[in-house]
Amino acid sequence: MADLAELEQKIIGLIATADDLGVLESIRIDALGKKGEISLLLKTLGKMQAEERKTFGAAVNQLKGRINQALATRKTALEDEVLDKRLATETLDVTLPVQADPSHQGRLHPLSQVWEEVTAIFADMGFTIADGPHIETDFYNFTALNIPPHHPARQEHDTFYFAPDAEGNRKVLRTQTSNVQIRTMENQEPPIRIVAPGRTYRCDSDLTHTPQFHQIEALVIDKVTTLGHLKGTLEEFFKAFFEVDDLKIRFRSNHFPFTEISYEVDISYSRVGNKIVIGDGEEWLEILGSGMVHPNVLRNCGLDPDVYQGFAFGMGIDRIAMLKYGIPDLRAFFDADLRWIEHYGFTPFDIPSLAGGLSR
Amino acid sequence: MKFTLSWLKDYLDTDASLVQICDILTDIGLEVEELVDNGALLAPFTVGYVTDAIQHPNADKLRLCTVDIGDGESMQVVCGAPNARAGIKVVFAREGLTIPSNGMLLKPTEIRGVKSCGMICSEREMGMSDEHDGIIELPENSVVGEPFAPIFGIDDPMIEIAITPNRPDCLGVYGIARDLAAAGLGKLKTDAAKIIPIKGSFKSDVDIELNFDEVSNSACKQFAGRLIKNVENRPSPKWLQQRLIAIGLRPISALVDITNYVSYDRCRPLHVYDADKISGNIIARMGKQGETYKALDGKDYSANETTCVIADSERVLGFGGVMGGDYSGSQLDTKNIFLESAYFDPIAIAITGRQSGIQSDARYRNERGIDTQSCIEGVEMATKLVLDWCATDNTLVSDVVIAGDAPIRGKQVEFPITEVKRLSSLDVPKPRMISILLDLGFTVADKGDILMVDAPEWRPDIHGKQDLVEEIVRIYGFEQVKSTPLERLDTVAKPVLTPIQKKVATSRRLLASRGMKEAVTYSFIPQDQAALFNGGGKELILENPISVEMSTMRPSLLPNLLAASQRNAGRGIADQAMFEVGQIFQGAENADQKLAATGFRRGTAKLAGQGRNWQGSSQKVDLYDAKADAIAMLNGIGEQAERFQCVADAPSYFHPGRSGTLRLGPKNIIAHFGEIHPRILKAYGINEVIVAFEIILNAIPLPKKKTIGKAALNLSNLLNVKRDLAFIVDENVEAIKLLNAVIGADKKQISGVTLFDVYQGTNIGDGKKSLAVEFSIKQSEKTLNDEELTIIMGKVVAKVEKTTGGKLVGSLK
Repeated sequence: MADLAELEQKIIGLIATADDLGVLESIRIDALGKKGEISLLLKTLGKMQAEERKTFGAAVNQLKGRINQALATRKTALEDEVLDKRLATETLDVTLPVQADPSHQGRLHPLSQVWEEVTAIFADMGFTIADGPHIETDFYNFTALNIPPHHPARQEHDTFYFAPDAEGNRKVLRTQTSNVQIRTMENQEPPIRIVAPGRTYRCDSDLTHTPQFHQIEALVIDKVTTLGHLKGTLEEFFKAFFEVDDLKIRFRSNHFPFTEISYEVDISYSRVGNKIVIGDGEEWLEILGSGMVHPNVLRNCGLDPDVYQGFAFGMGIDRIAMLKYGIPDLRAFFDADLRWIEHYGFTPFDIPSLAGGLSR
Repeated sequence: MKFTLSWLKDYLDTDASLVQICDILTDIGLEVEELVDNGALLAPFTVGYVTDAIQHPNADKLRLCTVDIGDGESMQVVCGAPNARAGIKVVFAREGLTIPSNGMLLKPTEIRGVKSCGMICSEREMGMSDEHDGIIELPENSVVGEPFAPIFGIDDPMIEIAITPNRPDCLGVYGIARDLAAAGLGKLKTDAAKIIPIKGSFKSDVDIELNFDEVSNSACKQFAGRLIKNVENRPSPKWLQQRLIAIGLRPISALVDITNYVSYDRCRPLHVYDADKISGNIIARMGKQGETYKALDGKDYSANETTCVIADSERVLGFGGVMGGDYSGSQLDTKNIFLESAYFDPIAIAITGRQSGIQSDARYRNERGIDTQSCIEGVEMATKLVLDWCATDNTLVSDVVIAGDAPIRGKQVEFPITEVKRLSSLDVPKPRMISILLDLGFTVADKGDILMVDAPEWRPDIHGKQDLVEEIVRIYGFEQVKSTPLERLDTVAKPVLTPIQKKVATSRRLLASRGMKEAVTYSFIPQDQAALFNGGGKELILENPISVEMSTMRPSLLPNLLAASQRNAGRGIADQAMFEVGQIFQGAENADQKLAATGFRRGTAKLAGQGRNWQGSSQKVDLYDAKADAIAMLNGIGEQAERFQCVADAPSYFHPGRSGTLRLGPKNIIAHFGEIHPRILKAYGINEVIVAFEIILNAIPLPKKKTIGKAALNLSNLLNVKRDLAFIVDENVEAIKLLNAVIGADKKQISGVTLFDVYQGTNIGDGKKSLAVEFSIKQSEKTLNDEELTIIMGKVVAKVEKTTGGKLVGSLK
């Protein structure tokens, strides 16, 4: 038994000093291989007495276990050492730049963003979104909207015309999205609650006007809607859109052919430095035209104005985009200048929602 | 419409402040556009007393004045005016002030070596007249140190309001006063506006004829006139001149100023003829081709059958109700005059005005529709002023001559008082409704729940019940309306976007997520560019474009995008990826106005990155980048892109050999992609490759039914087996054929076909190419053994050979 202890000490000593995996392997073979010292000891068991065999066998097996354990421990240590050495040589410059993320390079035009913001608000208020053609007949653009034949709005310095067709009818580029109102009332029974965002055209081109711009028009027709609802709807819309809690709204009597009891609407703002900040303030900004739908318009769409009533309003999407996001020049909207789009545009994951907020 | 505060107060008895008046004007629809408070503006210009005036030591024509400016202060001012002398009271301006008429800032200065502090002012410098020959001499009793403006009454604030086309009655100061009085801002001075007829003493030598045939009988409905003999035309009174100057008109002479005054005071345009220039009678008629006249603005105008003229037996004297003629207009030496006060058909005026292009105060009022009953009043009011200001001992006034009948609008409305609440939600007491209507000049008969309301003749805008509600709410005050949210239709709002609206929104975000920037460009483009893109039919060309650059509706979004690309390249941006989602016009009918999503890439602007990079610089874009964009977009909007056929065929503006089409059958084209044709690019000055795609969103069929649930997922525990095969085919065989053949060999078991290599080289023969594919074989129930796998692969080889003539490289073993 004393031999065993001596043997163990020797092998453990060798294991402890083994400095690479090859040496360790040969130590293992010398000890536990087929002809290893411990294997040979086991072969002597057969010649022993039963009692002796039992105690000696157990001792050798325990020794074998301990050697294996020591070998494994040493092996892990040596492997770790090797790995650590390798890792120590494997360094990369983590500051090298990576390829740009395309979804961070891409941009949505501010008009698209604002279209979605406006849509989210009106959808929550129960409005559906309606579309209509840009090239429109005289009837849908003018006549049905109670604009008489000699009205100044029909003049060529205001409206774009196409050449007359065989019957002498001239189509126009719609001057407002109100054509969608008429098409909706023709095709849908009240109650009606729609907004029609879209592109409109007028013969106007100077510092603050472009021959095309974008409007959103709202129409509510039922049997109960009053001026009070117009006021409430606009107040709620502007607060939600401009993301402010306080905002004053002023209705000034005005005149439009398609509404009777017509109002131009101003919202309050204040000036902070050069910036216009929409919200509670002492100054007024003209923002839209509105009113109760003209009885003639209802009649033109086959609705009885003594039964049905409602309001309509229209405002510039470009304009509210400029106001909300501090964009100075309308003409730049249609310039497709990549520098401008990059600066004023929105990334694809700036998704406006009522739950997450319209803007980031 | 401009007027002054004192003018308004001629007819409005009020204690309201200027600010209150302006606020109410704006509220009731007479929006204040500009307020010039001359009193405040001129207040710093004060009365000074010249105590001493001596010769300037170094200049003959200059004098050195000592001016007492009050509070014991004296200033030394160098002045060149001939009337500068001691003992007069003058208008003094201190250093630091700005002269209103020319914007000159007064700085400390030395004139010929002598210090001069401030300025003694002329009428021109104070904006009072063109007079500049001398300085203003103030009355002796003027108080030194006080503002000078009240002495001349030029401290009168000027208010400019915007008048909507429905309110011609407010193109006269009296009408504005009426509205303000109704709004509770004071009392209307009806007495001040009373016109007392003046009896004529003889019958006019000039008669009036209205000569209209049946068709155009409407151009001049009524014409009233009067001959006044032996007048003396002089400058009009100072107060009137100041009012006219304040509203931006130039005083000319009493006779001319009277017409302007009455026009602005009562919205009653007038004209004064020099009666000695009239041959025979005055005739209102339609013009004739070839007739011309020189108008008061000094320009020549031509008449025709659609313009209404006033003529005598020899010539056209003017366009009726628009602008009189130079020949027969009144001059300072005019002795005998004929007054015109007529009612013209507003549409006839609009046509004459539009054709001639004349903008005048008369046209502005007549085309909006003045008070139909005002012709005779106009004559009488003008007569009174002529007698007041131009009379001589021999002045004679004729009887009033009248031709035609004033039309009567006579609109009566049966007005249920419940209408106010129905439309406005306001509870306006009936007596208040009635008083508002009465104050506005309506006649009201109270029949209980119904009012019978007659509109006054000066209100052409009143047609029905809703107009009356507007009048009542306008005056009662909108701020009384209680804000009421719309009733919620659903507790949780329903989705509202149509399928195409959803596609538009998704495609924008999807393309942006691929690194592209969204442009929004004009719907109209130059006609030649539209032609390049197979568009620009006659029905799409504007008759009155802003410019030739914006003359034709775009058939594609590409023309604007290419032009924009070249502009951006000019700004030094070489790598570009841009898109637009917008309307295109293949025709003028509704169905031809479609929505397209179109994008391009230029330079090295690839999806994975652009420009130079240490990990490997980006290559030039090619058609596969555009194809990838198109497919990604279609997948993104919920289509399965592989269900579209891909064919080598595209419109003429694409490169003939490097472009393709995705379609659902030969007639239903969904998308094009490829390199833009070099000849097209040349038209934009571009000489490098641009690849683009265009997708017609309307062409994608809508799903017949929305299905929310998904089919059950069957997962096998067995792995798919991957196999590679390579085939040699003729080089003109399209890859898609081979890929379809592989998958078609056993649709149940083969999936995931990937083309991983395309090779051409002499070692496989000229005109040949090798295509290598990887595919998966599904093991759904049991592991397939080699024999079974070989059978499946054999099917693939056979199918490929049959459909493409391709030969397997190597063997299956």
